[in-house]
Amino acid sequence: MDKKKILEVKNLRTYFYTHEGVVKAVDDVDFEIYEGETLGVVGESGCGKSMTSKSIMNLVPKPKGKLEPGSSIKYYGLDEVVDITSLSPRSKEMRSLRGNEMAMIFQEPMTSLNPVYTIGSQIIEAVRLHQGVSKEEAREIAIEMIRKVGIPAPEKRVDEYPFELSGGMRQRAMIAMALSCNPKFLIADEPTTALDVTVEAQILDLMQDLQDEFNTAIMFITHDLDVIGEIADRVMVMYTGKVVETASVDEIFYNPKHPYTKGLLSSIPKIGNKEELVPIEGTVPNLTELPKGCYFAPRCPHAMDICREKMPPTFDINEEHSVKCWLSEKEGGSMNEE
Amino acid sequence: MLNYIIRRCLMAIPLLIAISIVTFIVIKLPPGSYLETYIAEQQRLGGEVTQDRVEAIKQRYGLGQPTYVQYFKWISGFPRGDFGMSFKAQQPVAKIIKERIGFTILLSLATVLFTWSLAVPIGIYSAVRQYSVFDYVFTFIGFIGVAIPNFLLALFLMFIGVKFFGADLSGLFSMEYMGEPWSFGKFIDMLKHLWVPVVVVGTGGMAGLIRIMRGQMLDELRKAYVQTARAKGLSEYIVIVKHVARIAINPFVSTIGWMLPGLISGGTLAGIVLGLPTLGPKLLDALKTQDMYLAGTIMMLLSSLTIIGTLISDILLAIVDPRIRYE
Repeated sequence: MDKKKILEVKNLRTYFYTHEGVVKAVDDVDFEIYEGETLGVVGESGCGKSMTSKSIMNLVPKPKGKLEPGSSIKYYGLDEVVDITSLSPRSKEMRSLRGNEMAMIFQEPMTSLNPVYTIGSQIIEAVRLHQGVSKEEAREIAIEMIRKVGIPAPEKRVDEYPFELSGGMRQRAMIAMALSCNPKFLIADEPTTALDVTVEAQILDLMQDLQDEFNTAIMFITHDLDVIGEIADRVMVMYTGKVVETASVDEIFYNPKHPYTKGLLSSIPKIGNKEELVPIEGTVPNLTELPKGCYFAPRCPHAMDICREKMPPTFDINEEHSVKCWLSEKEGGSMNEE
Repeated sequence: MLNYIIRRCLMAIPLLIAISIVTFIVIKLPPGSYLETYIAEQQRLGGEVTQDRVEAIKQRYGLGQPTYVQYFKWISGFPRGDFGMSFKAQQPVAKIIKERIGFTILLSLATVLFTWSLAVPIGIYSAVRQYSVFDYVFTFIGFIGVAIPNFLLALFLMFIGVKFFGADLSGLFSMEYMGEPWSFGKFIDMLKHLWVPVVVVGTGGMAGLIRIMRGQMLDELRKAYVQTARAKGLSEYIVIVKHVARIAINPFVSTIGWMLPGLISGGTLAGIVLGLPTLGPKLLDALKTQDMYLAGTIMMLLSSLTIIGTLISDILLAIVDPRIRYE
């Protein structure tokens, strides 16, 4: 791949120190995102998807949450490479990245916008903060963005409050706000989960159009594999804070290697498929009481003795496909040096 | 918005009428008529009441006529500023209230200003630094403020004043300025006295307000829009003040409704202990001596202020929170 790298996450470990013990919300995660591509991040609730994105935005809840030493998040969008982990969350440098270079769209469009300010003023706030333009110019930019995300009558809508818009319109407003400063990297944390399917399809189309226009790198977090199939170029499957499989979207759907990925795929319904759905047995283990060996072993139908003893390393199936599973060693995958 | 205000104003009118009727019933409740009370009072003081005077009073208050006539005679005086006579003080009620209302409002506004300007920032800070030393210390101090009765704190402060500073802190003025025309010296003298009742009355309400503000802030800080604001790259100060506190302040605005009558009656005990020229002690006095026109008028004033206060807080809420405006 000769595309320009935007973000590189290495050995990211985000731990929470609670009364019950240390919660390893993100446990040794490595990945990269390139310009103009969409990386889908899939997994069940509590697998560390959202905490990975919060770590990148440097918004991990303090004081309980902490990035462990050795974690590195490098941003390549500027002339100089910035290591986000070295910046204080409230520092000027970090704030000039947030919302400007990297933006975020949240799950709940109902609650993610401040209810007492108009959507226009919330967009204008971000634009003025990062671009240093006058009020009037910022308003023009806001109206233009609202038009771009397909909200009708933008000159009127700019002065409306979030509660005057429907859920889909609010999410569009949220996207307008996130993209108002032309970020090179966008995190979308389950942006369509709270919306109904027709609106979901529109929002996904919109995000793809805007991605083509601005060449934005998108990290798309969801638990919905259909959405992944729709929007992602590459997919990263997470389980209990670890990346268990990374591959291109086609590989994930047609040649999944990890039993967890296979389990996820066989538990989604397909039209015309009369076979019964197969759910993954059991539940995600408590992050403070993780089993020995592979964290998925207790739920895995193919678990071997080694799985209950040793955490598998990451094996490369091919250039774009890597799996963290002992089965792949048997199948002849080469061990990843890192 | 204008529609909303007009509608609210119109709704206040029947309420005020209903309140005036209830107040009048309260005035009529004590046995005997005002006239009898008055004559008895005059005779107790050794004066004679002429037949002409009796007739004049009968005419003035519609005595001997049906109750509703008496009510209309009483209420029709209100627009003219005639609230009847105080039997005890032998003065028009209007004059007594006028003497005291200025100081009452001054004192109360000072108290509100004092309480709010401390409670709001402390509440915000306590929430942002939840379970910090600061949070615990102010929770502790606040609860002590609630736990100590106003009058005790007033007595204590007066004792300190006399014992260590040789200053009499009671009243609103020192002896030499009493009854003097306003001057810069008198103003300074008043400020020297004013802080005592302000602190005494203010500390009582402060803890509650701090808790409200803190609780509201904690609720709001958990919400998703806070994360959005941070993700925009806003500084923590802007996030807290412009986005979170702006919404958390709502319950404060709604308290204005019952704050206005509290301005008049609040701190009655402290007022008595400190000998303040405010309306609170006067109301208590009027109720004790069955000075019903005075008591009735003050009660009427309190009720009207409650309605006006509610109206003001509703309008302010609509300004602060667009979600209410459009309902």
